[in-house]
Amino acid sequence: MRDRINALARLVPVWAVWLGYGWVAPWLIYRGATGGLGAEPIKALERELGEIALQLLIIGLCLTPLRRYLGVNLLRFRRAIGLLAFSYVCLHLAVWLFLDVQDAGRIWADIVKRPYVTVGMVAFVLMIPLALTSNDRAVRWLGARWRRLHRLTYAVAVLGVVHFIWLSKGFQIEPLAYLAVIFALLALRLPDSKSLERRTR
Amino acid sequence: MANRWKNDLRARDVTPEAVYLDRRQVIAGAAGLGLVGTGRAARAKVPEPNAWEDITSYNNYYEFGTDKGDPARHAHRLTVQPWSLRIDGLVDRPGDYDFADIMARMTIEERIYRFRCVEAWSMVVPWNGFELADLLDMAGVQAGAKYVAFETVLRPEEMPGVRYPVLDWPYVEGLRLDEALHPLTIMATGIYGRDIPNQNGAPLRLVVPWKYGFKSIKSVVRITLTDTEPPTSWNKANPREYGFYSNVNPEVDHPRWSQATERRIGGGLFARREPTLMFNGYADEVAGLYAGMDLKTYF
Repeated sequence: MRDRINALARLVPVWAVWLGYGWVAPWLIYRGATGGLGAEPIKALERELGEIALQLLIIGLCLTPLRRYLGVNLLRFRRAIGLLAFSYVCLHLAVWLFLDVQDAGRIWADIVKRPYVTVGMVAFVLMIPLALTSNDRAVRWLGARWRRLHRLTYAVAVLGVVHFIWLSKGFQIEPLAYLAVIFALLALRLPDSKSLERRTR
Repeated sequence: MANRWKNDLRARDVTPEAVYLDRRQVIAGAAGLGLVGTGRAARAKVPEPNAWEDITSYNNYYEFGTDKGDPARHAHRLTVQPWSLRIDGLVDRPGDYDFADIMARMTIEERIYRFRCVEAWSMVVPWNGFELADLLDMAGVQAGAKYVAFETVLRPEEMPGVRYPVLDWPYVEGLRLDEALHPLTIMATGIYGRDIPNQNGAPLRLVVPWKYGFKSIKSVVRITLTDTEPPTSWNKANPREYGFYSNVNPEVDHPRWSQATERRIGGGLFARREPTLMFNGYADEVAGLYAGMDLKTYF
């Protein structure tokens, strides 16, 4: 079963991932412009793009545990998933800047004054070095440091979900469900006792 | 005491039904012909009521779910006939009043009000309803009453949203008695001359146009006159963010977002933000109620 999944995954080209997610953003923008996202398309678009970015981060975080615990190797898709997540964060930010807030003075005031905006912006800034080093040259150049740098993804995912929880009104289940999934995926990365033993020996 | 207030958003600005049902297509067509500019300029001066479709599809009614579309999707399950309203507390004639009897005794007017949500979006709604003062008069307010408490119906079998503790159900709200008796304060029973849809708070809901929308409690089953300030749902959930008064005030921000501007629903993907008006544009009528009060403290 596992071998069959791995064999099948090898047949899927990486650009299929780009294609699979790439069409969603233009489709959402088109629906927003033509009434398909409801009476208030700006907030709807902003939220959809943000949620897709968070989902992509979660998918990216699944790949290591999938290989470690189930032997399913989808690591060759990880770069595309990460860059897609960054693209959706950029679009989410662009909608917020140009369609939602609109006013340059207020943008800065919001970043400084509103904690959920601050947290979201920090997550975005942390993603920039990750996106810039998502190429073979950077991997070779950074060597072991590349892996350490890209652990920032964990912080990005946590900050992203905190941003989501913080902007929700009342006690809402959905953002908390995202938080639980992210914590579970991070917990699976904790070195288990055996590997700790091995390391100390 | 009916007819104590004249619409400042004039009735002839209400889009006729045939036009509003079709407006999306009309606007799309006009855009093709390059005619939208003139329409915008005219609208900027006297806000035009929102389309029926906008008013009835974009709602906060958390008992049916937290998504803006959830109330329109699920509220059809709410039984609104028969409907009984309990009026109790400091009144001469407490009891359960049948909705049909109430309607027979009240004078229904059209009130075209701006509606400003605490989330910084707004609409203009042509309500039909009667003054709350007339309803309270029917029950006979006693001398010691100082506040009015309201409660929304709670029916878990008809309301899928109450499975989750988003708020402490049932939803409750409150007004000071002078706010409740103000001519602007109505119980709405219709929109655009039709029965109010379930997602908008059928069969009767409070409308207090100078306060954030969450004060205008929906599907009311109980009104209690009290001498102490009643608890209110959002204040209980987060007292730092939601006060008892919750008057629309561009100078007092919500801790998590600015209240200086708002976006009118219906403007599409490129709608501009507009400045929010003090007391939602009703300062001349209601500012006197709060004379001498620090509105930053009593937010």
